[in-house]
Amino acid sequence: MKLQEYQARQLLAQYDVPSSRGEVVFEAGQAAAVFARVANPTCFAKVQVQMGGRGKAGGVKRVTSAREAEEFAAKFLGKPFSTYQSAGQSVTVRSVLLTEDIPIQNELYLGIVIDRSHGKPVILFSKEGGVEIEEVASKNPDAIKKIHFSPTALPVAEDVFRVLKPLFPEEGISRQIADIAAKLAKLFVEKDASIVEINPLIISPDKKVYAVDAKMVFDDNALFRHEDIKAMKDPDEEDERERLAKSFGLSYVSMSGNVGCLVNGAGLAMATMDMIKLAGGEPANFLDVGGGATADQVREAFKIIVQDERVEAILVNIFGGIMKCDVIAEGVIQASREIKLEVPLVVRLEGTNVEAGRKLLRESGLKIHTCATIKEAADAAVQEAHEFRKSDAHTRR
Amino acid sequence: MPILVDKNTKVICQGITGKAGSFHAQQCLEYGTQLVGGVTPKKGGTSVGTIPVFDTVKEAVSRTGANASMIYVPAPFALAAIREAVEAGIKLLVVITEGIPTLDMVRATELAKSAGARIIGPNCPGIISSGECKIGIMPGYIHKKGRVGVVSRSGTLTYEAVWQLTAAGLGQSTSLGIGGDPIIGTGFIDALELFEKDPQTEAVMMIGEIGGSQEEEAAAYIKKNMKKKVAAFIAGMTAPKGKRMGHAGAIISGSSGTAQEKIETLESNGVRVVRNLSEIGSTLKSFF
Repeated sequence: MKLQEYQARQLLAQYDVPSSRGEVVFEAGQAAAVFARVANPTCFAKVQVQMGGRGKAGGVKRVTSAREAEEFAAKFLGKPFSTYQSAGQSVTVRSVLLTEDIPIQNELYLGIVIDRSHGKPVILFSKEGGVEIEEVASKNPDAIKKIHFSPTALPVAEDVFRVLKPLFPEEGISRQIADIAAKLAKLFVEKDASIVEINPLIISPDKKVYAVDAKMVFDDNALFRHEDIKAMKDPDEEDERERLAKSFGLSYVSMSGNVGCLVNGAGLAMATMDMIKLAGGEPANFLDVGGGATADQVREAFKIIVQDERVEAILVNIFGGIMKCDVIAEGVIQASREIKLEVPLVVRLEGTNVEAGRKLLRESGLKIHTCATIKEAADAAVQEAHEFRKSDAHTRR
Repeated sequence: MPILVDKNTKVICQGITGKAGSFHAQQCLEYGTQLVGGVTPKKGGTSVGTIPVFDTVKEAVSRTGANASMIYVPAPFALAAIREAVEAGIKLLVVITEGIPTLDMVRATELAKSAGARIIGPNCPGIISSGECKIGIMPGYIHKKGRVGVVSRSGTLTYEAVWQLTAAGLGQSTSLGIGGDPIIGTGFIDALELFEKDPQTEAVMMIGEIGGSQEEEAAAYIKKNMKKKVAAFIAGMTAPKGKRMGHAGAIISGSSGTAQEKIETLESNGVRVVRNLSEIGSTLKSFF
């Protein structure tokens, strides 16, 4: 789960990390008063959206007067916003952050992520701030200092200081950064974060170090023990169908193709999408019904898939392990009847109770195209989608 | 001889009185696994089918001589269950539970490492040595004793591969799902190393997916250390950037972790990459 920048700043404040002063507004009318409180004498106005490339899309601006701040807020609040990185999707802007405009001498990078190959969290520091760390990592990997740590033994400022000391002529700078890094590590572990990033971390002309932006992502699996983080969830940032799917324990990701798919298991679901592509089609979605889905969940999954009007055929690919094929077959039959499915349906079942499942499908009297292998099924689904597009049924929808 | 588990492995099930635990413990027993006991706090003295239930892992180990544990304990309590098993001297922990917090798994792998124990998973289908021992949730009947070792980050995709190997008449030595989470106890390289040493295994099928760099690291390992032939399949050619595809570990960040990148690295290291999922069986067959 991702936080908005203003929420991430609240956590920084809670952990005593020095940051540029800032306040968030939800209505344009609040902007002038906030400007008066935080400007020094100018301000940065930033739209609060969880996508990269905000600045290039005009969503970050230096404003010089209360009126300008208000105009900026009025221009974006309540309106859709997208960037070159958001792949054609847009979100509605619900808040704008105004921050003081601290003079900057240097821009640095400080972050903490999980290093999968080490199996531990790692503090990342680079003197090249203000650019994406991935870019630094590919062009100049030696510029990134790494300090791994265990969640059972948090690093203290002194540990980080020893690594940073050679990087700055002034010891005071290294000490301030090390202090911030230790606080971030504490935040990372106590709140079960998966990414905490300050980019840029800046050095002001009077040699003080401040966070002027913050990005935080938290472990969805640990939200059960962090009510405070859970409460910060922004429903506007989620795709409607993805949210609905989650509420039924399904994992759904919207794509742009025309062949909907319903699969058990994340790996098989991805591989099924790949097979659709290999067969010359485009997947409309990723949908994993999980290992122990019920007939109800299968029905809800169908409903979510057909809500997408681009879907011209549905491919069901189930390899029954925990999930029994006859249970899936029942769910498929119930759902097709209940929602009066118009688009062609291709089903491939294999695994536990497969014979019983196939029999149910055959005897249902529904027009279901059954296949024995995933290749046949993907070819059939792409072909059916193609024919559906040409047919009258499509124009009637 | 298969790897890690065989007909002599004695297994207990932690979380045996839950719905999944009790069902799968009995399925394992039916498959022929020496499933000698179960553990659920405060349910000691009862039984699940014919399987005796104990209050603690320590008690279960001392009464049954178990050396492996299959864990179904719900995610919020999984770390405590893992700690209990490690402290009771269990050396192989197969963690089926999904949704364990990442930092809990960091703690768990540290614990296991310091005690010389191995964790498989979490969020995995488990491990099966065909015809000898099944610890996990995979459908037993699709497996057949044979020549190919299977290692995979995905559950149902493993079944698909196993099924094709059985249909092709090759069978499997051991198949293990290493799990789809960011932090796992046993990785591709650990499994590849074991398969390389195992006389029963003649070739290896490796199944990866988007996210992380395990496949790339495995590719380098294979080139340097393996004489046995390895084929690979990578799921997620069509996966969009920045979206979590079901597994917590399956997310493409920036330009890294893509299926394309993994496939290229594997191929340039001499690994045969199967592009079409339905050709796993035929590709492995061509190795012999």
